[in-house]
Amino acid sequence: MLNGKIILVTGSNRGIGKSIVERFAFNGAIVYANAKKHDSIENTFFDYKSNGKIIPIYFDVTDREAIRQAFIRIKNEQGRLDCLVNNAGILVDTTITMLNSATLRKIFDVNVFAVFDLISYASRIMSKQKSGSIINISSICGDEGGMRGQTAYSSSKGAIIALTKTAAKELGQFNIRVNSIAPGFIDTDMFRSGPTNIQQQLVEGVYLGKRVGLPSEVAELCVFLASDNSSYINGENIRVDGFAHI
Amino acid sequence: MTNHNKSDYDQLFIESFSIEAATLNQSLIYQSIPAWDSVGHMTLIASIEEKFNITIEIDDIINFSSYTVGIEILKKYGVNF
Repeated sequence: MLNGKIILVTGSNRGIGKSIVERFAFNGAIVYANAKKHDSIENTFFDYKSNGKIIPIYFDVTDREAIRQAFIRIKNEQGRLDCLVNNAGILVDTTITMLNSATLRKIFDVNVFAVFDLISYASRIMSKQKSGSIINISSICGDEGGMRGQTAYSSSKGAIIALTKTAAKELGQFNIRVNSIAPGFIDTDMFRSGPTNIQQQLVEGVYLGKRVGLPSEVAELCVFLASDNSSYINGENIRVDGFAHI
Repeated sequence: MTNHNKSDYDQLFIESFSIEAATLNQSLIYQSIPAWDSVGHMTLIASIEEKFNITIEIDDIINFSSYTVGIEILKKYGVNF
């Protein structure tokens, strides 16, 4: 489905990002798997067998020059980029009265401003190709607001949804599609980091089997959006949540 | 080599904006012609990057405000005119 496609995935050494890289490589893609921590990609995927290829690429998504160098490397090694997945993100729970500006800035640096920069570099390569797919990982809380304590996180994810829709308008003329995926309660370290009773309460509200989602269930949508099978889907925010509400 | 880069640079403007060579001067600035809007800017930058095999920093793209300023910016990336 993705044979030979060149793809960059940020934040890919665990959780949803890890699963996205695995599904992409399984489907034949050449995946540049990004993480901040050196050796974490090798350690994560050392025994994964795929039809494609997983190439570690380490940089901090908030470091503009490091991003530029990453794109230079991909351009030099592959000469093209077919898909960018902006998955890297951080979650900090703090009520609005206790939210200091440093924390707020950090959340937006990673979850929003880095996405702008990555799209800027990716879209330049894709515009010359006249093709490309950009997938931003948002969240259902960007759609409907988060729990108490998630004003910063949910507003950053809301920004991603708005960014996706507007970028889709700007880049559509270059045949670059921009979509976002809004995961619900997915079985990741991020979700499991919250209080157990809250997790249970949230999952009880999921209409589809009262269960958490699997990272692979998000990854499968990524595969579809990265593939040519989704060639007329643009500017969408697609929820993968079993029909849940916060 | 030097003259070649300059003629390549000029050609990218001509092709990106469908303009005549005679209009390539210091008065050619961002948004001074309909074709050099934000979309045209992206087309131009992508073409420049491909032609000269460089990757321009985001701030330099924003500062790339005219035909002449562009020449100075490209020198930073080792493109000599």
